[in-house]
Amino acid sequence: MRHRSLLVLTTAVTAGALTLTACGSRDDSAGGGGDGGSTTVVIGVDAPLSGKLSALGQGIKNSAELAVKTANKNKEVEGVTFKLLALDDVAQPGTGQQNANRIIDNKEAVGAIGPLNSNVAPPMQKAFDQADMALISPANTAPELTQGKDWRDGKKVRPFKTYFRTSTTDAVQGPYAAQYMFEEKKLKKVFVIDDKKTYGAGLAGTFKDEFVKLGGEVVGTDHINPEDTDFSAIATKVSNSDAEFVYYGGEYPAGAPLADQIKKAGAKIPTVGGDALYSGEYVKLAKKNSEGDIATSVGAPLETLDTAKTFMKDYEAAGYDLPYEAYGGYSYDSTWAIIQAVKAVVEGNDGKLPDNINDTRSKVVEAVQKVSFEGVSGAVSFDEYGDTTNRQLSLYEVKNGTHSVVKTGEYKD
Amino acid sequence: MHDLPQQLANGLILGAMYGLIAIGYTMVYGIVQLINFAHGEIFMIGGFGALTAWLLLPSGTSIALALPLMLLLGMACSVLVGMGAERFAYRPLRGGPRLAPLITAIGLSIALQQAIWAFYPDAKKARPFPQFGGDPIDLGAFSIQRGELFLITAAPLCMIVLALFVSKSRTGRAMQATSQDPDTAKLMGINTDRIIVTAFAIGAAFAAIAAIAHGLKYGQVDFKMGFIAGLKAFTAAVLGGIGNIYGAMIGGLVLGFTEAMATAYIEYIPGMELFGGGAWKDVWAFVLLILVLLLRPQGLLGERVTDRA
Repeated sequence: MRHRSLLVLTTAVTAGALTLTACGSRDDSAGGGGDGGSTTVVIGVDAPLSGKLSALGQGIKNSAELAVKTANKNKEVEGVTFKLLALDDVAQPGTGQQNANRIIDNKEAVGAIGPLNSNVAPPMQKAFDQADMALISPANTAPELTQGKDWRDGKKVRPFKTYFRTSTTDAVQGPYAAQYMFEEKKLKKVFVIDDKKTYGAGLAGTFKDEFVKLGGEVVGTDHINPEDTDFSAIATKVSNSDAEFVYYGGEYPAGAPLADQIKKAGAKIPTVGGDALYSGEYVKLAKKNSEGDIATSVGAPLETLDTAKTFMKDYEAAGYDLPYEAYGGYSYDSTWAIIQAVKAVVEGNDGKLPDNINDTRSKVVEAVQKVSFEGVSGAVSFDEYGDTTNRQLSLYEVKNGTHSVVKTGEYKD
Repeated sequence: MHDLPQQLANGLILGAMYGLIAIGYTMVYGIVQLINFAHGEIFMIGGFGALTAWLLLPSGTSIALALPLMLLLGMACSVLVGMGAERFAYRPLRGGPRLAPLITAIGLSIALQQAIWAFYPDAKKARPFPQFGGDPIDLGAFSIQRGELFLITAAPLCMIVLALFVSKSRTGRAMQATSQDPDTAKLMGINTDRIIVTAFAIGAAFAAIAAIAHGLKYGQVDFKMGFIAGLKAFTAAVLGGIGNIYGAMIGGLVLGFTEAMATAYIEYIPGMELFGGGAWKDVWAFVLLILVLLLRPQGLLGERVTDRA
């Protein structure tokens, strides 16, 4: 009896697995295209579509989709229909790498948008570099991704010529917050906490350097595990130090409970952080205790830009159930940069894409380097490292349950 | 060191939560020698059940009024899933090789997590959980958050009720008998299948209470919360001596206490600056676990039994 049911089970599982594999391979073998009529061009998207960071990830995906839809509707590139291939990296570098390979294996894909997390980027950068395919991140802020690991000493070397980003880097964001807190808020003592990830530790580092340079004092440092929810021991440490504010290098899923617990422990001081705290979810999770907390974010607030008004209107009209969040505009611009690059390639090749997909991919990389257009977040173009030439930053404070702009401007060294 | 009383309180409160979850692990292990890795997910489902109750109530209901209903629905969800798991995932494998139910448990844990992820509205990210308003209660040397009051009352209460139930009631004694020798217990007229389901149900009910305590304390529930919590609770159960109810609670308290102390004070020990703080607390907790298992392989309160695994 037992053995027979086991056999049935194994058969069922094997059959299921085979069916799934078949589905997978059908995807990949979809033909190459390039022969007259309308050519389909695939743009990959890699972001955390599930998990704690999914609010940001879904915003990225939806905005990229909006860009693709707009391009198709307006026939932005004659004879080319764009399609999106959105994959979930659950904020894990390993999954990001698998997704990169899936996008590269798709013989219609010319470039990709993503990832969200700076620590997911390195394996993807490598894969896309080998395939000579453009990867544009709307959200990676770690400086070493474009300027090499010795960027601090001024030895900037671009590691991957196929990687670009539309967001500014932590080298700008951390110091911007430090200057504001020291010079305008006149707060001199800080407790610095980070989550040890590429993004969080990097951001906390650049903040700390600038704050100390200005004459501020770091009264304590600590690190947390981003998967935790209990920070009571650290909160007690903060409230027993004489810190006047907390700087947190990390993302909102841990940042919100951390800020909440610090205030509950009796320290009525603001928590300050980077763009990954600039999310509606932060306020929802920390509730009343998010009041007065500050987040810097890259670019000018979308609400104030004329270029962004159409984007916001279209996003609303498209009826997405989740907001575009912190990186929606950058995701739209990243996608648009690829679309513009494809357009340039088509125009330079007698009105059609090269027959060989590898040709197309490397030409798109060259074209992305040269794009220049008015995007949602302002002027979009890339410098010699693949970084955006837009150095605009904004500072938001939580007031009455929403992030409101308190300052916006260009960062100066 | 002037924050020592507060850090002690932090550690013990966190430990009480681990202990409350660990009770479920330990009960099930005590009776069927199965490490139910899906217990963390049963805990998580209790949290979502309670959240559902809260969302169904008209907005503006006071949390104190809503709490009994949240408890009821949370426990109902957890117990249902716990009993279902026993009936459909573990019972068919009873008597089979020991690894089979263990691997089933891991599979079940992933399946439950993904089910909530996919089907609970808006559960792809953390969902806010209602919290008690008001300032913390100041007790001089340390203060306690209002959200933690529930946990502080529930944890010792649950432990005592359960221990009395197991040692005094008829069903409880039948549980002990089943745990000692299932075959003989059956011969003595005990319906062992029913006893095992009861053990799963009780463990699940306590997991739901722990989940509500977790929600009230941290103000959020998410589909992945069972993983870390379950891992810590399992550690607590092993630390205290798996199979022993008091041991589970003590193991939880020791674990929470170690984490708080490691976060707060290790970095002040000369030469240890690099190994302190929140980043290293889990390392110290597991160092302690290894030490305990080296010196007392049966755990703090465990009894030495012949290894059946």
